[in-house]
Amino acid sequence: MIPLKKIDIFNQLQSEILKLQGFKPANQMALGAGLGIIEKAFPNATFPLGAIHEFISQESEDIAATKGFLAGLLSSLMRNDGTAIWISSQRTIFPPALKNFGLSPDRFLFLDLSKERDVLWAMEEALKCAALTTVIGEMREISFTASRRLQLAVEQSKVTGFILRNNAARLGTTACVSRWKVSSLPSKAIDGLPGIGSPQWRVELLRVRNGQPGVWHLQWRKKSFVHISDYEPASTISYPAKQAG
Amino acid sequence: MDKRFVSIWFRYFATDWFSLRQPELRKRPLVLRMPSHGRMIVTAINAEAERNGLTCGMVLADARALVPALEVLDDEPDKISRVLSKLGEWCIRFTPFVAIDSTDGLFFDATGCAHLWGSEEKYLSDIIQKIMARGYSVRAAMADTPGAAWAIARYEKKGGVISPGKHIDALLPLPPQALRLEQETVERLHKLGLHQINQFIQLPRAAMRKRFGPQFLQQLDKAIGQEMEMLEPIQPVEPYQERLPCLEPIVTAVGIEMALRQLLEKLCLRLQQEQKGLRTAALKGYRVDGKLEQISIATSRPSHHVPHLFKLFEIKISSIEPALGIELFVLEATKVEDHLSQQEKMWETAGGLHDLRLSELVDRLTNKIGADRIHRYLPAEHHWPERSYQPTDSLQKKPEVDWRTDVLRPLQLLPSPLRIEVTAPIPDYPPLLFRYNGKVHSIVKADGPERIEQEWWLQQGQHRDYYRVEDEEGHRYWLFRLGHYHEETYTWFLHGYFA
Repeated sequence: MIPLKKIDIFNQLQSEILKLQGFKPANQMALGAGLGIIEKAFPNATFPLGAIHEFISQESEDIAATKGFLAGLLSSLMRNDGTAIWISSQRTIFPPALKNFGLSPDRFLFLDLSKERDVLWAMEEALKCAALTTVIGEMREISFTASRRLQLAVEQSKVTGFILRNNAARLGTTACVSRWKVSSLPSKAIDGLPGIGSPQWRVELLRVRNGQPGVWHLQWRKKSFVHISDYEPASTISYPAKQAG
Repeated sequence: MDKRFVSIWFRYFATDWFSLRQPELRKRPLVLRMPSHGRMIVTAINAEAERNGLTCGMVLADARALVPALEVLDDEPDKISRVLSKLGEWCIRFTPFVAIDSTDGLFFDATGCAHLWGSEEKYLSDIIQKIMARGYSVRAAMADTPGAAWAIARYEKKGGVISPGKHIDALLPLPPQALRLEQETVERLHKLGLHQINQFIQLPRAAMRKRFGPQFLQQLDKAIGQEMEMLEPIQPVEPYQERLPCLEPIVTAVGIEMALRQLLEKLCLRLQQEQKGLRTAALKGYRVDGKLEQISIATSRPSHHVPHLFKLFEIKISSIEPALGIELFVLEATKVEDHLSQQEKMWETAGGLHDLRLSELVDRLTNKIGADRIHRYLPAEHHWPERSYQPTDSLQKKPEVDWRTDVLRPLQLLPSPLRIEVTAPIPDYPPLLFRYNGKVHSIVKADGPERIEQEWWLQQGQHRDYYRVEDEEGHRYWLFRLGHYHEETYTWFLHGYFA
C-alpha cells in the first residue's frame, strides 16, 4: 500500500468536510448560476444553491445595481418554471423591468410588509417551502441568530435565499455563505453607438465560506454575464443624434 | 294510512320575485322576456298584465302594442329555479317531503302532517298564508294523488281540500289540460268535443291508447291514483359543521388546539368522503360567560388537508381569549367547493405556480399578514409606466398579453416621481446636469426622449418625455420632463434607477 501524500490527505479531508457542510461536488449540480469565472471563488467551483446569500448596498443607485446583478443571477436559477417570492417593507422593484433580464414577472409573488420583523418571519416561512426556487428579502438589519434560522430553513428545503441589506448601519456577522457588494460602472457602448450601452457592474465578493473572495467586473449583455478584465471609464460626453420629428 | 298530497301553484312566481325587489312594479303590468328564434318572447307575466289580456308565449312586440306602458325585464330562469328550491327548503316546516314541480310549483307529501295543525283546512290555509306573507301569490289544493291536487290547484277556482276518496269526483268537471297533458293531445281532445274529463274518463282504454298514446293514459292514471307518481324530495344540504361540547371549560391554548384538531379531523373526513374542500372556515368558542370567540381562515383553493388547515388556525389561536373557559366549540366550513382527491395528487409536486405546497404557503402568509399584502402581477396594455402592470389575486392565471421587451424600464421605480433641478442646453436634448439629494450629477451618456402621452380616457394631464441618463460615476437614472420645453410650467423629475 502506497502511503498517501500529505496534500492528498488534506484534499480528501477538505472535500469530506465540505460534503458535511452541504456543499455538493459540481457534477451533482445540474444548474449553474451563469456566473462564469466568479463561480471559481466558491468551494467546488459551484455557486451554492440551497443557501443564503447576502448583498449589501448603501445608495439607491447601488441598490439598483445590486438588483440588476441579482436579476441576472435569478434568470439562470429560475430558468422557465421557477417561482420566487420577493419580500420587502418598502418595495421599489418595478415588476415589468424584470422582463429585460429574461425573467417572467408573473412568476414572482411580491410581499409588501410594514415591519422588518414580519419580513423575517415571512422569509423564514417562504424558505421552508420547497416548491419555490428562490426567496428574496429586503431588510436593513439581521442578527446572527436570525440568519442562522434562515440557513437552517433552507438546509431542509434546498431553496436559495437572498438577503438585500440596504443602508445597513452595522454589518456584523451572519450565517450566510457569502456577502456581496455590487456597484455600477459606466456602461459599455454597443458597437460604438452613442447613448447608454450594456450595464456594467463591479461585483465584490467580500466574504465567502470556504472560498476565495475577490473583485470582478461584469457586463450584462444578451441576457448573460460577460466578464470584462479591463474597463475604461468613459469621459467624453456623447449625445444621441437628434431624432427626426 | 292513505296518502295525502298538497300541490302549491305560484301563479306569478318569476314576476313576484322581481316585484319583491322593486315593489313599485307590483302595481304595473310587468312581463319578463327572453330571446327565442330571433324574437323576444314573453316568458312570465304578473296579475296586472294578465288583466290587460297578455299571456305567456306572446311576442314582446305584440304585448307592447296591447299595453304601451308595459314594464319589461330580462328573465333569469336559473336564478328563478334557485329561488324556488330555496323556497322549497323553507317549506320543510310543513312536511318533511317537499318536491319541486317544474318551474312554478311545489308538491308536498302531507301524509300524517295535517293533524298537527288541527285539520286539513287549517293546514292548507296556514301554508297559503305563510307563503303569501313572503310576497308570492299562491293557490293550493290537497287531494289523494299529486295529479289531482295539481289539477285542482290550477283549474278549480276555489282550490282547497278534497276529502279522501273524493278526488275523482272533483276531477270530473275539469278541462283535459288539468291532467298535465301535452299541448298537442289537449288540442286533439278539444277538437273532438271532449272539453271535460267526465266526457272521456269512461271511454274504453284500448281506444284511448290508440288515439292519444300511452302517455295520455299514464297521466290519467296518475291523477286518479291508479299509478304511483314518483316525486323527488328536496334534500337540503346539511351544513358542514362539527360541534364539540366540553365537560370542563377549556382555558388553555393546548386545550383549544386539541379541540380544533378533533373537529378538523371529523370535518375533513366528511369533506373527503363527499369529495369537497373548504375555502373558508370559522372556529367558534362559546364561553362560560356567554360571549362568543371566533377565528376564521381562508384558503386559496379547496382543501381538506388536516395539517394544513390546522396550521392556518394555529397562527390565530393566540387571539382567542378563553377568560373563564370555553364550553362548546363549533367548527363550520362556511364556503365549500368541489375537490377531487386525484386532483390533489396531481398538483402536489407540480412545480411552478401550480404547486400545492406553494398555495399552502400563500394561505399561511395570507392568514397572518392579510391578502392585500401579497401581490402577483400580470402585464396590462398601458404605456403609462405606473399602469403597465395590474395585480391579480389568482396564482394560476396566465398573462393574456406578453410583457413588453421593446422598451427598457428601470429596475427600481420610485413610488412617486421626485422633483429635481436640471440644466438642459437645447430643447428636447437630454439635460447636462441635474441636482438631486444635494449632489450635482453631470450626465455623460443619455438616451431619449421617449415620449409617453397621458391616456386621456383615464387621466388628464401633460405628457412625459423620458430620458435614460448615466452620470460620470456610472449610475443610471430615468428622468422625465413633464410637458413641452417652451411652456413655462415644465418641470423635471427623477422616476427610477436602472441597474
